[in-house]
Amino acid sequence: MSTASTPLPRWINYGLIPILNLLTAFLISGFVVWLIGESPLGALQLLIEGALGSGEGIGFTLYYATSFIFTGLSVAVAIHAGLFNIGSEGQAYLGGLGCALVALALDKFVPWYVTMPVAIIGAGLFGAAWAFIPAWLQAKRGSHIVITTIMFNYIGAALMVYLLVHVLIVPGKMAPETRTFLEGGQLPKLGWIMDMFGAKLGAAPFNVSFIIALVAAYFVWLLIWRTKLGFEMRTLGVSPSAAAYAGIPYARIVIIAMLLSGALAGMMALNPVMGSSARLQVEFVGGAGFVGIAVSLMGRNHPVGIVLSAILFGILYQGGDWISFEMPNITREMILVIQGLVILFAGALEYMYRPAMVRLYQQFKRA
Amino acid sequence: MEYYDIFISVLSSTIRLSIPLIFTALAGLFSERAGVFDIGLEGKMLGSAFAAACVAYLTDSAWAGLCAGIVCSVALSFVHGFASITNRGNQIISGVAINFFVAGITIVLGQAWFGQGGRTPQLAGDARFTPITLPGADAVREVPILGPLYANVISGNNILTYLAFLAVPLSWWILYRTRFGLRLRAVGENPGAVDTAGISVSWLRYRAVICAGILCGFSGTYLAIAQSAAFIKDMSAGKGYIALAALVFAKWKPVPVMFACLLFGFLDALGNFMQGKPIPGIGEVPVQIFQALPYILTCVLLAGFIGKAIPPKAGGAPYVKER
Repeated sequence: MSTASTPLPRWINYGLIPILNLLTAFLISGFVVWLIGESPLGALQLLIEGALGSGEGIGFTLYYATSFIFTGLSVAVAIHAGLFNIGSEGQAYLGGLGCALVALALDKFVPWYVTMPVAIIGAGLFGAAWAFIPAWLQAKRGSHIVITTIMFNYIGAALMVYLLVHVLIVPGKMAPETRTFLEGGQLPKLGWIMDMFGAKLGAAPFNVSFIIALVAAYFVWLLIWRTKLGFEMRTLGVSPSAAAYAGIPYARIVIIAMLLSGALAGMMALNPVMGSSARLQVEFVGGAGFVGIAVSLMGRNHPVGIVLSAILFGILYQGGDWISFEMPNITREMILVIQGLVILFAGALEYMYRPAMVRLYQQFKRA
Repeated sequence: MEYYDIFISVLSSTIRLSIPLIFTALAGLFSERAGVFDIGLEGKMLGSAFAAACVAYLTDSAWAGLCAGIVCSVALSFVHGFASITNRGNQIISGVAINFFVAGITIVLGQAWFGQGGRTPQLAGDARFTPITLPGADAVREVPILGPLYANVISGNNILTYLAFLAVPLSWWILYRTRFGLRLRAVGENPGAVDTAGISVSWLRYRAVICAGILCGFSGTYLAIAQSAAFIKDMSAGKGYIALAALVFAKWKPVPVMFACLLFGFLDALGNFMQGKPIPGIGEVPVQIFQALPYILTCVLLAGFIGKAIPPKAGGAPYVKER
């Protein structure tokens, strides 16, 4: 058991081991593809072609990545404070309510760039509000945050279905959704970025919220590594008892970290609700909150890593769509398989290769 | 009398809806009392439902389906054990991974093998666990009050239902009256003490997650080939999480687990029944309230407003021997 504490150089810890984990996940995914009777290499080629082969493909990839950046940041902020927020899904759902209410109220009167900041605040506030009760229960009553946030995902889902079916629905329509937002409530697409590279965005809903996501990633980095609050959060995350000795107020930091986490999850709603469908729909989050867990894990809870792994998951989502279109034998749910394997190997089994790596490294050093 | 008929029909659907919860919550009980959190109950249930439906279809035998369900669920338990016990990985992340993997693989394989959009073919006859009529059920049906209760609630269920109610005292007996149970509970509270006594913490925890796998196998099988007649994608539909809520609500004790599951099953049945029926004076109660109520109740309990739910002390923490 001496291998666990042996230090390894950074390029092995942050480069080689994650890549090995990822490769294992992909190898097993390839095995599943082979089991179905399709060619793994053919599927890989289709995946890359579909996600990166055209301007539209890239647009969709970055559209998905935008949502994952937000939810990944949400999970990461909580993890730095030692909290496992499994409720980003529900917080994002409620965030959708916040930004939809803002869009519905303002879209008739003002252009999008006036609506946008208000909608960011609305989405963040509603997401944070949904994280507040689990945070308070953890901080003051000692209830396990994992269990309460799971519960709140389901409570949130029931609440949103109720609101969409009974309150926000357009009278006379069947579909449980709000009315379509006018121009003033929609976030414009980023076609001009694609134009700069001579590619066409086409129907892809790649929109301004991508830039908001990058700004959010920068602010998260600033918060975690350059502020006193971030330092206190990290201290609490590494050692609650050390934090207590240092006089860091436990309840306050837990609640603040969860509010920030919830707000980031809530902002994810800007992308699908105001950037793509221009209305609030049932189940618009579609699992992005859970993807955030994988994204954060793979990105080692660092904003740069999160942006990169969010793009990787964007490629998986868009490329997976393309595969299911070209290879009807492989359904879209293949993405869930890959995602599960990535979470398993990059997350739960993250140190599986470590002892072997330590041995190899020590032999290599002696030689 | 009409009200009594309604009461009987809600009661019998309560039983039907509670069974998968009881199996799954008992599975969680074994795992969590040994200090291994199990978010992956949902995935194990779904995976075993798929395996049971496939094998029952191929062999035309419900019992073979049950075996397949158990094998699949135990295999997933081993993955969870390998990640969280052997590799000391994060138990919650491992559970989340299993849920994702199973949600995807069941549909991918189902579509590739049967081509019905993730469903498995319809089962009939011996491939399913069909309702059993207990002796005398038809004879006493006309007896007032007790007759319908015996004929429609107690009789007319499939064998797995009765096994579920047997599993409750059995779990209690294993956990509280056997050496294995005592050690299992000890390892969830203080693994260091168990280790000092010369008992392998890992092996004990592995046995606990295997027990959990077996019980989840029953619940998945019940879903696929007893309650319905095929595997339908996402058919566990959050039941694993409700079972987890029931487990917390019952404060990690076997007999209260049964009552919590019956309560949550009753809320589900009541929600289905009340759909579209206004209550005089209040109006129509939205079905979403019934769906959310188990979770709300559990949160209120966790907040410490109705008693206190204290989880096993070493839950969620991988055991590291002193160096």
